[in-house]
Amino acid sequence: MPFLAASPVIPSFIFRCFGVLALLFLSGAVHSTESNQSNFIHIRTLAASCAACHGTNGNSHSTTPVLAGLDATYFSNQMLAFKNGGRASTVMHHHAKGLTDDEIMQLSHFFSEQKRISTPPPVPQELKAKHE
Amino acid sequence: MSNPTKESIGRRSFIKTAGVGVASLLIANQTWARAKKPPLGHVVVIGGGYAGTTAAKYIRLWSANNIAVTVIEKQSQFVSCPLSNLVLGGSKTINDLTFAYDVVQKNHGIHWVQDEVTAIHTDKKKVIMKRGELSYDRLIVAPGVDFNYEDLPQLASLEAQKAIPHAWKAGWQTVNLHEQLSAMRDGGVFVMTVPKMPYRCPPGPYERACQVANYFKKHKPNSKVIILDANPDVVSKKGLFIKAWADEYAGMIDYRPNNLIVDVDINSKTVTTDFETLKADVLNVIPPQRAGKPAQIANLTEPDYPWCEVSFLSYESKSVPMVHVIGDSVAAGLPKSAHMATSQARVCASAIVELMHGRTADHSPVFANTCYSYVDDKQAMHVANVYRYDAGKKIMVSTDGGGVSAKPSLQEGQYANAWAVNIWSDVLT
Repeated sequence: MPFLAASPVIPSFIFRCFGVLALLFLSGAVHSTESNQSNFIHIRTLAASCAACHGTNGNSHSTTPVLAGLDATYFSNQMLAFKNGGRASTVMHHHAKGLTDDEIMQLSHFFSEQKRISTPPPVPQELKAKHE
Repeated sequence: MSNPTKESIGRRSFIKTAGVGVASLLIANQTWARAKKPPLGHVVVIGGGYAGTTAAKYIRLWSANNIAVTVIEKQSQFVSCPLSNLVLGGSKTINDLTFAYDVVQKNHGIHWVQDEVTAIHTDKKKVIMKRGELSYDRLIVAPGVDFNYEDLPQLASLEAQKAIPHAWKAGWQTVNLHEQLSAMRDGGVFVMTVPKMPYRCPPGPYERACQVANYFKKHKPNSKVIILDANPDVVSKKGLFIKAWADEYAGMIDYRPNNLIVDVDINSKTVTTDFETLKADVLNVIPPQRAGKPAQIANLTEPDYPWCEVSFLSYESKSVPMVHVIGDSVAAGLPKSAHMATSQARVCASAIVELMHGRTADHSPVFANTCYSYVDDKQAMHVANVYRYDAGKKIMVSTDGGGVSAKPSLQEGQYANAWAVNIWSDVLT
């Protein structure tokens, strides 16, 4: 490699190339981290919207199916079936049809990773206010 | 907090105040002590309804308790508007729908102040209450609706509302209206008025008509329900309600659209619209509505429109920076429902947590809304939609695929009950 050895510019050129590559790599990593965070909060907030019927993090009360810890494949298959009409429903098709297939897949992973916990629902009590 | 002294709770002074022994601050302080990092800031939430309580809980959850949250709520208890029409039908009591705030406070280390907001200095980031004051890094205004009595000033007093309740915020007035219906003679007339859109709970008035008719059918079969609607038509679940009125309550419910109320005589319970004057045995005026008072005093409403314009990525006010508005007070083509309030609250909570961490909020939020209405004691029907942020229009847009029930059913009655138990649990525990 006489050319390389003969040129004092080359080491700094190589260094610069590595520098650029390193920067590209780092910015890619930062971008990827930002993108992961952005995607994470998108799905977390969407999943939280299910809480009105399915409880906090999918831990439901009453007769609504528990989503926390549910097998991801089962979840996505059911949601896709609600979406494409393969499974009849009273309400769920109105939700499933509004989601992208990708959101359904990500929701399936989100809920499969939630711990099943049992907490008591709030206890109703006597109304105190007499005039308002 | 039962008797807060004059205080300003910023990220430093909050700890200082807790340190001097204000008992109710200790829970939050202990939670912070366990957290590895110092608090990132202090969020004050005005309003402990569906929206405000949800936002408070989820900011604590998603910040891993690193953001301090204080809720200011006037009332000592949470009373659910959803299901409150069933109190009029007789299948629920108000005590089935009333809850304490202690569990959600304790579970999430939320600082709670029972007080009334009297002023908001957004330039100084300060909220003034009757018995103290609070500083914030970000403020969430979630006051629900305020009733606008400009056109019917005779109904503005509590005395007038004892005679003619709105019962549009669940509580004592719901009980009052139920008692008036119970005391009414068979063959009497129940007249209710519906304000122009937008108002809280679009299908609510029509569900109320079903519930009162259901009560009459069982106990006072010669009585009638007259709906004077300021709108040109039934504004929600129209086909389903009209069918339910015909099938279940034939001859009992008289629906009169385009009937704007212009005058009321309290003593004779007489109501006058553009077209007619009617005497009621029981009169229920659901007044026109606007953003809640704290939103008004912070100048968050539009000059020509009494609701608050926000960014749908963070619910930050378009008028005042660092102030967010969620729930019924938001100006939007979105239904003012409890589920919608909680969905908005979570997007807002998520955005605040991200922003306070120096990150960016979700640029494409998506959420759901499900709203059930009971047509009798046991059967219900729904409207459900998914809403997605439209980056071009910068609003939440209903996606294709949403819709209403094919018909009311017992199954959906159970779903509606399960919805209530789950949303209460999500908000209050």
